[in-house]
Amino acid sequence: MSIKLDSRIPEGDIHEKWKNHKDHMRLVAPNNRGKIDVIIIGTGLAGGAAAASLAEMGYNVKAFCYQDSPRRAHSIAAQGGINAAKNYQNDGDSVYRLFYDTIKGGDYRAREANVYRLAEVSGSIIDQCVAQGVPFAREYGGLLDNRSFGGTQVQRTFYAAGQTGQQLLLGAYSAMNRQIGKGRLQMFNRHEMLELVVVDGKARGIIARDLVTGEIQRHSAHAVVIASGGYGNVFFLSTNAMGSNGTSVWKIHKKGAAFANPCFTQIHPTCIPVHGDQQSKLTLMSESLRNDGRIWVPKKKEDAEAVRAGKLKPTDIAEEDRDYYLERRYPAFGNLVPRDVASRAAKERCDAGFGIENNATGEGVYLDFSASFVKYGKEKANELDIHNPSQEEIIKLGKKVVEEKYGNLFTMYEKITGDNPYETPMKIYPAVHYTMGGVWVDYNLMSSIPGCFVTGEANFSDHGANRLGASALMQGLADGYFVLPYTIADYLADDIRTGTISTDTPEFEEAEKQVNERIQHFLTNKGSKTVDYFHKKLGRVMWNKVGMARDAEGLKEAIKEIEEIRKEFWRDVKVPGSDKTINMELEKAGRVADFLELGQLMAIDALNRNESCGGHFRTEYQTEEGETLRDDEQYSYVAAWEYNGEDINQEILHKEDLNYKYIKIAARNYK
Amino acid sequence: MAGKLLNLTLKVWRQAGSGQQGKFEEYKLEGVSTESSFLEMLDMLNEQLVEQDKEPVSFDHDCREGICGMCSLFINGRAHGPDRGITTCQLHMRMFNDGDTIVIEPWRSAGFPVIKDLIVDRTAFDRIQHAGGFVSVNTSGNTIDANAIPVEKEKADKAFAAAACIGCGACVATCKNGSAMLFVSAKVSQYALLPQGRVEATRRVLNMVRKMDEEGFGNCTNTGACEVECPKGISLENIARMNREFLFASLSNDIKAE
Repeated sequence: MSIKLDSRIPEGDIHEKWKNHKDHMRLVAPNNRGKIDVIIIGTGLAGGAAAASLAEMGYNVKAFCYQDSPRRAHSIAAQGGINAAKNYQNDGDSVYRLFYDTIKGGDYRAREANVYRLAEVSGSIIDQCVAQGVPFAREYGGLLDNRSFGGTQVQRTFYAAGQTGQQLLLGAYSAMNRQIGKGRLQMFNRHEMLELVVVDGKARGIIARDLVTGEIQRHSAHAVVIASGGYGNVFFLSTNAMGSNGTSVWKIHKKGAAFANPCFTQIHPTCIPVHGDQQSKLTLMSESLRNDGRIWVPKKKEDAEAVRAGKLKPTDIAEEDRDYYLERRYPAFGNLVPRDVASRAAKERCDAGFGIENNATGEGVYLDFSASFVKYGKEKANELDIHNPSQEEIIKLGKKVVEEKYGNLFTMYEKITGDNPYETPMKIYPAVHYTMGGVWVDYNLMSSIPGCFVTGEANFSDHGANRLGASALMQGLADGYFVLPYTIADYLADDIRTGTISTDTPEFEEAEKQVNERIQHFLTNKGSKTVDYFHKKLGRVMWNKVGMARDAEGLKEAIKEIEEIRKEFWRDVKVPGSDKTINMELEKAGRVADFLELGQLMAIDALNRNESCGGHFRTEYQTEEGETLRDDEQYSYVAAWEYNGEDINQEILHKEDLNYKYIKIAARNYK
Repeated sequence: MAGKLLNLTLKVWRQAGSGQQGKFEEYKLEGVSTESSFLEMLDMLNEQLVEQDKEPVSFDHDCREGICGMCSLFINGRAHGPDRGITTCQLHMRMFNDGDTIVIEPWRSAGFPVIKDLIVDRTAFDRIQHAGGFVSVNTSGNTIDANAIPVEKEKADKAFAAAACIGCGACVATCKNGSAMLFVSAKVSQYALLPQGRVEATRRVLNMVRKMDEEGFGNCTNTGACEVECPKGISLENIARMNREFLFASLSNDIKAE
């Protein structure tokens, strides 16, 4: 066992930890920052914010993204909002409450000190974004508007229509542009990191491929930051962008970075259901819709069957024949229960035969806005001084109000499904969305490889076993703007005399050789099956056996099956074309090769965790009412896996104990 | 599976590289579900090509939910295809009929050179943003409280509507002049409408317009095709606002583009 996990959580009271830590970390003087190179992989909220901030401080920054522009990183697709403990609505919000909700929402599997810091800096994020010109939603008085999100009882979510991620990312992108314009930040679009270079135990550079020319490049740096997002595309179908991949996190894992809690995958409850075999990805409908939409399935099985057969429309089903199962099971939170709870409840109803989708899956539940049309219509009629309006008028007015709030989402839904959600309820079903697991990092966001930092979704630290709505954007920007710029300096202070790092060393040579060998294998393999064939095959095993519900037997099968697919992949994959031009099949082949190993580790991790918590639901461990049954005695730890050679079954488990000093662990109850 | 199956003929622009001659290739594709998206149809084509040991068609795409702006494509002579207000990834095959022939081309404009097949280089858009598409604010953690900068709701909404531009380039591709005015004006407008962006508004518009011209984009003759084809409904009003900003900036003696 070579890895030693030291979380480096500062001493002292939780309210003081971050402040004290900042006061005592070492600094790099402004005149020395120009002597230091930093590489950043990924330009989403975490990577973009870090690139802009570090460049602004005066470091030489090189940022890499596989898209044609940093503005396209998948953070741009986040819809709902970003949390911050501002208490602008005077509903009792505070840093502690945001901290508490996040820990509880994460089912007590997040690191207390990190989450507190996140809540603490959340207010500054909003200040920063507003100063950058992010056009958040406003009230008529000119103040910022807030809404509520799943898993909380306060209104702390800041938003910009249903496109909050887009506006926040464009904010970070504009900050990057300012630095690029000044020549402090070098941007490498359409480039992919394919190896980490480690020299004397420290991260000292990367091997990248120019995806247009195919050129293999060596880039050295004093530190490497991985901000490449999540690995949900292991499942093939997910809400991630098609190019989102796990390659950089997996490559650093193989070079010595522990991988933490890989099995914690968030399944988002409000996605558009699968349409069939030709499906390439899934589309999420913002969770904010649950503020005004009520979720139901038919109460009677025969109604559900008739709906699935296309003989009955949802609007034909009488009010008393509808089962608003979230409101029934969780009266206190109702439709606003956290994502894992809502997802499982939908699966439970569909498994019991009440699903409503009229295709082969039969899976889907309704998200119905008709009650909100009436509620808002009445309010609007009063506002406009319309007396005794007809029901028709009320609904018309109500639809307008709902359109103002969610118009773009309704349009998007209609474009994809062909159904008009103003006239008929939306159909939704859970889908793979966000990976809470990721590279293990210490309090300073450094992995177990010195000099290799990991931020945002790519690390594991802040969300525990489940992520609450509107907390991912918060973590990405917190890490990029307000944590890493401080903590990385503490590490880089040792490097002001190092000078430029040569790329002409055996370590770079060796890493480049590995990359070239892999590429040549794919191009000369001449197998019989396409990359997607293997990716879909992996995805099916992952979804069926490592998905929303798992059991020991299924996981053991999955581990074996993935191993088989992996062997077949290396033997029989076919990649046409050359490596000297754009070759998307080649790009995909490398990513799927990594997903195959990572998928296996996810199953191993899920098998190891004999409990249910958050996004990890083992059917053997549930209460009589079907709720998750945690085992805090045995499993209140972070499972950090150490790579140990090609056989993924041989990975070594390290445990970081989670100590809750400021929050009393309790069963998670949303009733 | 719900939905019908279509048999299609595709005429696809193939071009090995930027300096090379391109041409249309014709492909037959069978059994395309009307439930699938246009890009899923192209995925099917590519699977078929790879199985036949041919090179698949390169096209840009990523989020496949209409927001990243990566997808492009001229489909039957229309930017992002025949439907209004959407990107190619949101275009669904129910918009087509069995037996249709579909012509698929890259964005065609001097400002967007072809890289390969259906992929073009849109980095000129990035370079225009480097010239001023930002508010100069440092990340310090000391920024003033967000609510200390109140913004009139109507203005915030308008700024948001302009900021909703996804930078896909449909406006340039569809403009007979190859003008980037809709794109540039969207960014200029967002900041021109907000108090945060006002301080450097004159310099911003001068710099961005200068860069836009340098990058080889044509001028605007108010044809309005850009607005029609814009997947995000970015309004021509932004171009008027940019012209106003530009005129004001040009007439002010003390500030020059730099």
